[in-house]
Amino acid sequence: MPNFEYAPAPESRELAKLQPSYQMFVDGRFVDGGGAPIKTMNPATEEVLAEVATASSDDVDHAVRAARRAYERVWGRMPGAERGKYLFRIARLIQERSRELAVLESLDNGKPIKESRDTDIPTAAAHFFHHAGWADKLDYAGYGPDPRPVGVAAQVIPWNFPLLMLAWKIAPALACGNTVVLKPAETTPLTALVFADICRQAELPPGVVNILPGAGDIGATLTAHPDIDKVAFTGSTEVGKEITRTLAGTGKKLTLELGGKAANIVFDDAPLDQAVEGIVNGIFFNQGHVCCAGSRLLVQESVAEELLAKLHTRVAALRVGDPLDKNTDVGAINSREQLNKIVELSNSGDAEGAQRWTSPCPLPDRGLFFAPTVFSDVQQSMRIAKEEIFGPVLSVLTFRTPDEAIAKANNTPYGLSAGVWTEKGSRILWAAQRLRAGVVWANTFNRFDPTAPFGGYRESGFGREGGRAGLEAYLDV
Amino acid sequence: MSNRLVPGTAAPRLSVNKTYKLYIGGAFPRSESGRVYEITDSKGAFLANAAHASRKDVRDAVVAARKGFAGWSSATAYNRGQVLYRVAEMLEGRREQFIAEVMAQEGVQLKRATTLVEQTIDRWVWYAGWTDKIATVLGASNPVAGPYFSFTVPEPSGVVGILAPQDSSLLGLVSVLAPVIATGNTAVLVTSRARPLSAMTLAEVLATSDLPAGVVNILTGSPVELSPWLASHADVNGLDLTGAPEILQPELERSAANTVKRVLRAPASEPDWTRRPDLRRLRAFIEHKTVWHPVGV
Repeated sequence: MPNFEYAPAPESRELAKLQPSYQMFVDGRFVDGGGAPIKTMNPATEEVLAEVATASSDDVDHAVRAARRAYERVWGRMPGAERGKYLFRIARLIQERSRELAVLESLDNGKPIKESRDTDIPTAAAHFFHHAGWADKLDYAGYGPDPRPVGVAAQVIPWNFPLLMLAWKIAPALACGNTVVLKPAETTPLTALVFADICRQAELPPGVVNILPGAGDIGATLTAHPDIDKVAFTGSTEVGKEITRTLAGTGKKLTLELGGKAANIVFDDAPLDQAVEGIVNGIFFNQGHVCCAGSRLLVQESVAEELLAKLHTRVAALRVGDPLDKNTDVGAINSREQLNKIVELSNSGDAEGAQRWTSPCPLPDRGLFFAPTVFSDVQQSMRIAKEEIFGPVLSVLTFRTPDEAIAKANNTPYGLSAGVWTEKGSRILWAAQRLRAGVVWANTFNRFDPTAPFGGYRESGFGREGGRAGLEAYLDV
Repeated sequence: MSNRLVPGTAAPRLSVNKTYKLYIGGAFPRSESGRVYEITDSKGAFLANAAHASRKDVRDAVVAARKGFAGWSSATAYNRGQVLYRVAEMLEGRREQFIAEVMAQEGVQLKRATTLVEQTIDRWVWYAGWTDKIATVLGASNPVAGPYFSFTVPEPSGVVGILAPQDSSLLGLVSVLAPVIATGNTAVLVTSRARPLSAMTLAEVLATSDLPAGVVNILTGSPVELSPWLASHADVNGLDLTGAPEILQPELERSAANTVKRVLRAPASEPDWTRRPDLRRLRAFIEHKTVWHPVGV
């Protein structure tokens, strides 16, 4: 086969309208933070992008007070139809500024522009559109007539989908009549601060949305603040447990979206070429920085060899490199710390006897990159089969019978997502019933939609985001 | 429990007192610890000794509940509804006994006890009718923006530990237990410490109804002693703190965090169980599963 060379097709960095420094957003105004400013960097080059103000505990207090005022005086008592119009405005503004947001997201996070442009930003807008319509229809949501908002919501989100996670949190909160104080991740604060500017453009009343950049300590201060009514957290299981302990005995409402170690099951009658695409999407989408990533591939023994060969060929064709290049499939690892973690866990795979295969693709000379990696001969006891790697590393296990596949798939404390590949409809439904996971993708993977509830079983957390079920988190019901 | 004269004779008849035991996996074992404690009526008179369950009994009950989960959670909703309705029929048959026990434990008059027992039976029937409706009401077909069929169904969380209300010995007990099993979970329930007799009579009802072994497991004893083991048990998925000792509740929540249990917190004071229930307790221990499949030819 001829080897086609691609010419670079970089998106213009100018679209990001990058500023040298960014302020926090409290009570409708951009202000300096009391914390030490942080420098946010481009993981593809390790160059500093901008300086970002961070919050001190006093700032947390100010923001919570602003949110409380806004909740009591304006937002909590505003008719749903009016609230909804603000959300529609925000949705439109996200669409209008989508190119700016997409480039900024790729710069700050390292994800390929095709993902930020085609997935993150449009889905974020869709969440505001969907929830805008709920604001004046909550009586019909099935929680009884006239359900009340919870109050002030503290929201802490991760770095893997900075703007999308913000939308998942803020859109339902606002639709239900709550006000929010949100802390974006330390390494990816920029799009949240542009979102703050969108709130300004939408003329959202001051205090309804407050954005406080900072590290984990500010997240801990925020979630422990006595005057908040609800905490929503997406991130690691370890931090989720810590937040639960902090909130114990306070009666505050809590929802958690935590880690995962999803099984992607391929039966012998699966359409293998489609399955390969789904497997690749399941683990290499967003560099594998996805809590619902299909990181454990379970293949029926009779097709394992054939599938693995196809998989290697396909993965070797993935282009790793400049996130702003429109041809890039796999971008940069978000931080040095995360890269070290991926390296460490991969090394444990070698040490414990798994077979490592690494894509021969060229890697950029600088920046934080990790070549797509597939481990075969993986046993359930190995760390790479049990622990969330949160990187482009796939572990392949095999099974002989459908029951064994289900048993292995469920052999984890997590339960966020699962994949099933088979042409047999009855087997899909059989497997979907038995998999203990919040989302089951059959003959597809990584599908998200604001109308479809998303969330985990067991140690992947509780509560749902999206759809009617997702409203419960922000209603006092 | 009292002695009374047998007509036509001068000698009093000694009544046959019951020895109360635990209810685990469909059987009635003694506590492995061999301990018992004294149950008195509202005026302090001796009613019976109840088994004083231990940590080991909690573990055995969780094992039984896990074993029961596979069958109960995969039974059809119609079947679960039938089984629960059968329990209501059996409750009705033991009406008089429950009334007597509620009067003795709660110190209420016949009329009040009768009302409470009748409401208990009606409540059980109410939840029995929910088994095949909860998915219709809480599930959804998701109109996603793409060529996919996406639907969401509620599923049980798994094994749920329940700290039953301390005051309401029967109506409160049934109000916390029925929604947990109606949604397909299995339960390990720790009874009211002071008023456990109706719970053990309920166990006799459950054991002779069609409820599979292990779906409900009932322990008498000290909630102070038993609740921490339930909260920390890695194979318990949910925890209902309704009747948990107030002082322990924050610690139980902290302990439950280690395995990300679903926790239903206790209200500030024991609720008025005679009020009509809503879906809150049915929602407390379910998960939403969303399934996607491409649509195409």
